[in-house]
Amino acid sequence: MSFVSPGFGGRRREHRDLPPGQYLTEDFPVLSYGPTPQVDLADWNFGIVTETGAVHGWGWEALLALPHETPHVDIHCVTKWSKLDTDWEGVSLDTLFENVETEAEYAKVYSYGGYSTNLPLEDLLDGKAWIAFGFDGEPLEPEHGGPARLLVPHLYFWKSAKWVRGIQLLLEDEPGFWEENGYHNYGDPWREQRYEGD
Amino acid sequence: MVRRLSWQVATVAEIRHETPSADTLVLDVPEWPGHLAGQHLDVRLTAPDGYSTERSYSIASAPSAGRVEITVQRVEDGEVSPYLAGVLSVGDPLELRGPVGGYFVWRPATESSGSEQPVQLIAGGSGIVPLMAMARTRAQVGSDEPFRLLYSVRSPEEAIYREELPSLGFEVTYAYTRRTPPDWPVPAGRVDAALLAATTWSPDDKPRVYVCGPTPFVEVVANVLVDAGHDPASIRTERFGPTGR
Repeated sequence: MSFVSPGFGGRRREHRDLPPGQYLTEDFPVLSYGPTPQVDLADWNFGIVTETGAVHGWGWEALLALPHETPHVDIHCVTKWSKLDTDWEGVSLDTLFENVETEAEYAKVYSYGGYSTNLPLEDLLDGKAWIAFGFDGEPLEPEHGGPARLLVPHLYFWKSAKWVRGIQLLLEDEPGFWEENGYHNYGDPWREQRYEGD
Repeated sequence: MVRRLSWQVATVAEIRHETPSADTLVLDVPEWPGHLAGQHLDVRLTAPDGYSTERSYSIASAPSAGRVEITVQRVEDGEVSPYLAGVLSVGDPLELRGPVGGYFVWRPATESSGSEQPVQLIAGGSGIVPLMAMARTRAQVGSDEPFRLLYSVRSPEEAIYREELPSLGFEVTYAYTRRTPPDWPVPAGRVDAALLAATTWSPDDKPRVYVCGPTPFVEVVANVLVDAGHDPASIRTERFGPTGR
């Protein structure tokens, strides 16, 4: 360490390890780029589209009919807050991908409202990601991505696309919304991959 | 091309007390490349035992090489803001990097783009900071693009930049949520659909809208604007926590 802030003591270090640079919050702050989309459940649809154009889709009732999981995870936002021990309810991406045949290595996730984000397909599988529709025992609120959002807790939270509507599988990687706006392509909080070049 | 954002040591050149709880830090940053209005920077504080923490702050100043300003609203139980707006003094070093963010930004129209699209700024509390960078940039380049600002604050004393705002050459409307100045024509109250309709560009004017403030403020304002007929794609938002402030 070469730099010390004169007169700075720091306070919040009684907690277990956080990724570097993060601070704890008990709130649930919101980061998004525009108004909160209001998505009608009757129109809601989630689709996985493979590189060959094959579509696997679920309406709201069909999604809820799948086996549920209740992940208990820590989440880390690139804007520096972390929230520990959060409780979600949703469907594992492993369940949704059960009958999907693909050679793709990349996924681009799209949202109602126009947002997108990209990640390697392997970061969505093997118990690492969910389509979440419940938080803390309640339906997920619109400002936090309800009715349903992606949940990928091991990456910075902008990868956990709110208001999720579909996943496009790709043979070649393609940046999403924040990734095109200067943020890191992968976004590992433990390696502090905040911005392009980190 | 990837320009890696590296940490730099800035020096506090000046501190301006904006309100009883907000200070502007004028920072000399030798390698500062300039920025776009609406971008932010990251500050990193490090304690003697190596503990460090980071926060993002909106940039308040118009672009300038080698110098940048942030305005910090003190959060009483905060860890970083009481240090920046309270402990830090002129001459002290401060570690930062930036500028960051390419979406919540305003660029002056060029001759070729010829844009006369009105710009509506809507701020809650210290959400004025990135919008002030836009207003100052507009003044700096001598732009006459149509701007309006609706600024919601709790009381007159908490209004940041209140000396400078009237000199920037566009209509500024204050909304006081807790206490108004004497003889103010309306009682204190929250920004609602009627006030937005009365004081901001209408959907027919097709304005680009920038909304910045605490999460609940931004949620309410953006939802009202969409319900009133504004195109969601023309509304850019920046929310900050903790919720309730």
